[in-house]
Amino acid sequence: MYTFSNRLRLFAIISFALGAIMVGFSFLNVPGSVEDMKAMEAAHGHHGGHGEAKHDDGKTAHHDQQKTDAAHATGHGSEAGGHHDSAKHDAHKLTQLQNKPWAAVYVAAFFFMMIALGVLAFYAIQRAAQAGWSPLLFRVMEGIGAYIIPGTITVVLLIVLSVMHFNHLFHWMEPSLLDPASENYDKLTVGKSGWLNGTGFIIRAVIYSSIWIAYSVLSRRFSSRQDESNDNSNFKKNFRLAAVFLVLFLISESMMSWDWIMSFDHHWFSTLFGWYVFASMFVSGITVIALITIYLKSKGYLEQVNDSHLHDLAKFMFGISIFWTYLWFSQFMLIWYSNIPEEVTYFITRIDDYTLPFFGMLALNLIFPLLILMNSDFKRLNWIIVIAGIVILFGHYIDVFNMVMPATVGPNWSLGIAEIGAVLLFLGLFIFVVFTTLTKKPLLAKRNPFIEESKQFHY
Amino acid sequence: MSSKVIQAMYIDDDVLMSAVKKVRQENHHIEEVYTPFPVHGLDKAMGLAPTRLAITAFMYGCVGLSVAVTMMYYIMIVDWPQNIGGKPSFSFLENMPAFVPIMFEMTVFFAAHLMVITFYLRSKLWPFKEAENPDPRTTDDHFLMEVSVHGNEEELIALLEETGATEIKVTEKH
Repeated sequence: MYTFSNRLRLFAIISFALGAIMVGFSFLNVPGSVEDMKAMEAAHGHHGGHGEAKHDDGKTAHHDQQKTDAAHATGHGSEAGGHHDSAKHDAHKLTQLQNKPWAAVYVAAFFFMMIALGVLAFYAIQRAAQAGWSPLLFRVMEGIGAYIIPGTITVVLLIVLSVMHFNHLFHWMEPSLLDPASENYDKLTVGKSGWLNGTGFIIRAVIYSSIWIAYSVLSRRFSSRQDESNDNSNFKKNFRLAAVFLVLFLISESMMSWDWIMSFDHHWFSTLFGWYVFASMFVSGITVIALITIYLKSKGYLEQVNDSHLHDLAKFMFGISIFWTYLWFSQFMLIWYSNIPEEVTYFITRIDDYTLPFFGMLALNLIFPLLILMNSDFKRLNWIIVIAGIVILFGHYIDVFNMVMPATVGPNWSLGIAEIGAVLLFLGLFIFVVFTTLTKKPLLAKRNPFIEESKQFHY
Repeated sequence: MSSKVIQAMYIDDDVLMSAVKKVRQENHHIEEVYTPFPVHGLDKAMGLAPTRLAITAFMYGCVGLSVAVTMMYYIMIVDWPQNIGGKPSFSFLENMPAFVPIMFEMTVFFAAHLMVITFYLRSKLWPFKEAENPDPRTTDDHFLMEVSVHGNEEELIALLEETGATEIKVTEKH
């Protein structure tokens, strides 16, 4: 049995508390009105977080106005006529600044939820394929998968708060867009309101979450019953459950990605978005399995896990990193090539306002793992896997950041107190939940029919 | 130059693997093992040096990438710039995303084909080459281990019989 070491527990608690303080601080520091915002900017000598924002004021205003027009083309049809109303610009910027801590929390909450979901998908594939190499790692996967419960609860909570208008993360939730009398009336949003409406949004979120939580709980239950049983009936149940889950997962994950990510840019759509988000969560999940396995091994647990198991995980990290790039590029190139205004704005905002994270993400998620994990021998070295893993996780955090931030905070992004605090907060929660779950059951799934094959596994 | 070898036949890959380990433990030199299918871990058991084919694959991939970049630069930018979809047609960098699929395909193409050719050259294989395996049954269901003899014939035959060989033959190898 694994015991949660006090040092790690302390680290998790400190990380959580520190994160909570940082996030709380950033919420308190949000400007309440346009006057507040101006005073803050004057005090800070204009926000200098990143190069892109360092235009003089007039230029920024113009720039932002164009962004606004592009993003909400029909919604702000009346002001696209040419007169750049600076009061309107200020109000818009104020909303973005007020969104900033919310968006930071949302990105981090989604990122850690996505890790647990990716691990559940990987675990279900091992179960459905009756893989012989991986049963030694099942308890690690089940432990990470257990985070799906707090993970989805936090994301759904944020979504409910959005629907109740505590924040303005989802622009389509603005009621005036649907009001024909309003100057913000937006035909496109009205057209989508059959899908994108608060009630349906929450109902769907609850359905997705219940599917994932049910699989996590049930598969863990069958898996531990199998330990004590005399036949393989629980193993077979888990096999069938995994097959059913994979079908439901692909549908629910794809729809979740439209709802929880793509609807931030509610005029834009991409048909492979679900796959793209899936690749991101899959590679992050596998990376976390590898990192936690290495950690547990370094503490003397998982004695029978050998180089070959890690080698296989590293191969997945390598392969799925390339798969992610393939999907990212497939999405980017078609939109870039066809250059249709309603589609291409998505990438123009990202390339103009998010130059470093947008291109830096490619270096982190493709070039670095490609070069460092290409060598077969490197995939067996723990320190290489750890370095590659940390870079991949950071890269995919930036990936989620790039998906969420442009539509919520626009050019006012930074990796500041709110963002780092939110990551620390959810990292603490994640470590606490995952390692507490690991202490509940023996780390060896001893009666799995393939456990002997897994112990003998070598390449 | 000719040398004397012992050819021991096995009918099971697990028996063969343990035999290979045993023979090497006794410090005999295994010339070659002929198998009908690739046996996992046999190369390590025989003590063969790791393959360097992967390194050549990487280099061929780099060659393929360079060829693709040069080719697309010459065709699309230098020689015959065209206005496709209003894209700036005089800059390689700004047109680069459109060339990525070609770069990728050429990298794979060069790496795959040149690696196969290297493999053939390195294993001395070419069309109509006469087969080297001493017994045609090694292409069906038998495994053959060839051990060189240096005046220790009796001792070796005894050892090989002990490892579970079904047939043992001493021949001159040319």
